[in-house]
Amino acid sequence: MSDSSSTVDAASSPVVAVRDVQFSLAGRPVFQGLDVQARRGAITAIMGPSGTGKTTLLRLITGQIEPAAGSVTVFGESLATQDRDARYAMRRRMGMLFQNGALLTDLTVFENVAFPVRAHARLPESVLRQLVLTKLQAVGLRGAADLMPAQLSGGMARRVALARAIVMDPELLIYDEPFVGLDPISMGVIVRLIGRIHRALGITTIVVSHDVAELAALADHSYLLSGGKVVAAGTPAELAASAQPAVRQFMAGEADGPVAFHYPADDYRAQLLGGRR
Amino acid sequence: MIVAALRRVGAVALFLVRILAQCPAALAKPRAIVHQIHNCGARSLIIIMLSGLFVGMVLGLQGYDLLQRFGSESALGVAAALGLLKELGPVVTALLFAGRAGTALASEIGLMRATDQLTAMEMMAVDPVRHVIAPRLLGGIVALPLLVAIFDVIGLFGAQLVGVGMMGVDAGAFWSQMQAAVELRDVAEGLTKSLCFGVACSLVAVYEGFHAEPTAEGVGLATTRTVVVSSVLTLLIDYLLTAAFLAR
Repeated sequence: MSDSSSTVDAASSPVVAVRDVQFSLAGRPVFQGLDVQARRGAITAIMGPSGTGKTTLLRLITGQIEPAAGSVTVFGESLATQDRDARYAMRRRMGMLFQNGALLTDLTVFENVAFPVRAHARLPESVLRQLVLTKLQAVGLRGAADLMPAQLSGGMARRVALARAIVMDPELLIYDEPFVGLDPISMGVIVRLIGRIHRALGITTIVVSHDVAELAALADHSYLLSGGKVVAAGTPAELAASAQPAVRQFMAGEADGPVAFHYPADDYRAQLLGGRR
Repeated sequence: MIVAALRRVGAVALFLVRILAQCPAALAKPRAIVHQIHNCGARSLIIIMLSGLFVGMVLGLQGYDLLQRFGSESALGVAAALGLLKELGPVVTALLFAGRAGTALASEIGLMRATDQLTAMEMMAVDPVRHVIAPRLLGGIVALPLLVAIFDVIGLFGAQLVGVGMMGVDAGAFWSQMQAAVELRDVAEGLTKSLCFGVACSLVAVYEGFHAEPTAEGVGLATTRTVVVSSVLTLLIDYLLTAAFLAR
C-alpha cells in the first residue's frame, strides 16, 4: 500500500465519479448501474476478470465513449455537457498509459515524450530537452532517448509511455493493464514506478488490472467488477478477506465459480451421441 | 444500398471539411508536409518512371501503327504528347498512386488506429486530424501532379525512343509538330485532372485508414477499399473532367 493512503482524506471530493452508469456494446449490456469513485490523492484499483469491461470503464472516464444512462464526472465537471474544447482541456489535466504503450512509431523515444509538450507549449528547445530528459531519467531510460519504439522491449516501451504520460505534470494518471505481458523484472519496475510517481507528483491514480498481487501492493482502494456491476469494494486487505464467492474466486484465481469454467453449451452427452457439431 | 452509399459520401465530405479546417494549422508546420511528399512522391518514383517509360513506348508503337495507315506518322509526337498530357499521364499515375502510396497511407493510418496511437493523441488533447491526417492529405495532393509531370516526360522519351529510334520517324518532325500543336490549355487540362485525382486518391486513403476497424482484418479491408474506390473514382472523375473540357 502506498504511503499516501494515510494522508488521503476520505471526505475530499472525488476526482472521478461514475454514477449509476449503463452502457451496452453491440447490443450486449456491459454496465448496468455501475458506481465507481476515485478519491483525490489516492490510488484506486479497478479489478475484474477479462472481458468484464475494465477498459470500457476507462474509455467512459476519459470521454472516448458516452454512457447510455447515468453520469461520469471528472474534476467536478460532467462529461455529458462538455464540448470538444472542454474535453481536450480536461484531458490536458490527465495522463494515460495504454496497455501496449501506444508510442508513435515514427518518432524517437525523445520525440515521443516531447510530443505533447510541443503540441501544447512553446518552450525553448533547451528547456524542452531538460524536461524530457528529466522524465526519461525518472523512468530509467535517459540513455534510450535516441532509440525508435521498434527497438524497445515491451517493458521499456511502457516506461517510455509512462514518461510521456507524466511530461505535462497531470493531476490524474490512468493506467490500463500496465502489467500485461511483462517479465517479473519489468513488472517490478512498473509497480515501483507507479508508486513512486504517485507519491512524487501527489496525483490521483487509477489502475485497471487483473493482477491481484501487484495491485494489493499499490492500491488504497479497490473495486472488483463482475457482470456489469461492482461486486466488491474496499482496501485490498478487505477484498482478500471477503467471503463473497465472486470475490474469493477472483482473488484466489479459482478456475470455477460464479465465473464458470465452461462456456454455456448444450448437454455434453447428447451432443456427443447425437452427432451434431 | 443507395442510402448507404449516399451516407458514405456524406461522411467522406464531412471528413474533408474537418481536414480542411485543420489545414491552416498543418501548413504552419511545412516540415511534416514535406515529409509526406517524400513518402508519397519520392518513394513512388521508380514505379512511376518505369510505367511511364513502358506506356510511352507502347504509345509509340500503337501510334505509329495507326498513323502510318494514313501516311501521317510524322504526327506521332503530337499524338503521344496529347495522349500523355491529357489522359494517360494523369490517369495511369493516379491508378499507380492509389496502388502504391494510397495503400501505404491507408495501412499506416489503420495500423496507428489499431495500435492506439490515434487514441493516445486524443488522450493527449492533440487532434490526430491536424497532426496525422492533414499533412498526409496535403502531401498527397502536392505529390501527384509532380509524379504526373515526371510520368509525362518519361513517357514522351519512351514514345520518341520507339517512334524515332526504332520506327524511323523523323526526329525534327516528331518534336516540332509536338511544339506547334500542343497548347497551354492541354497542359492545364492534365494539371487540373492530376490535382483532382490527387485530392480524390489521398482523401480516400486517409478516410479509409482513419475509419478502419482496429483489427488486422480491418486494416486489410481498408487497404483493399482504398485501391478499389480510388481507381473507380479516378476513372469517373476523368470522364466528367474530359467531358467538361471538351464542352468548353
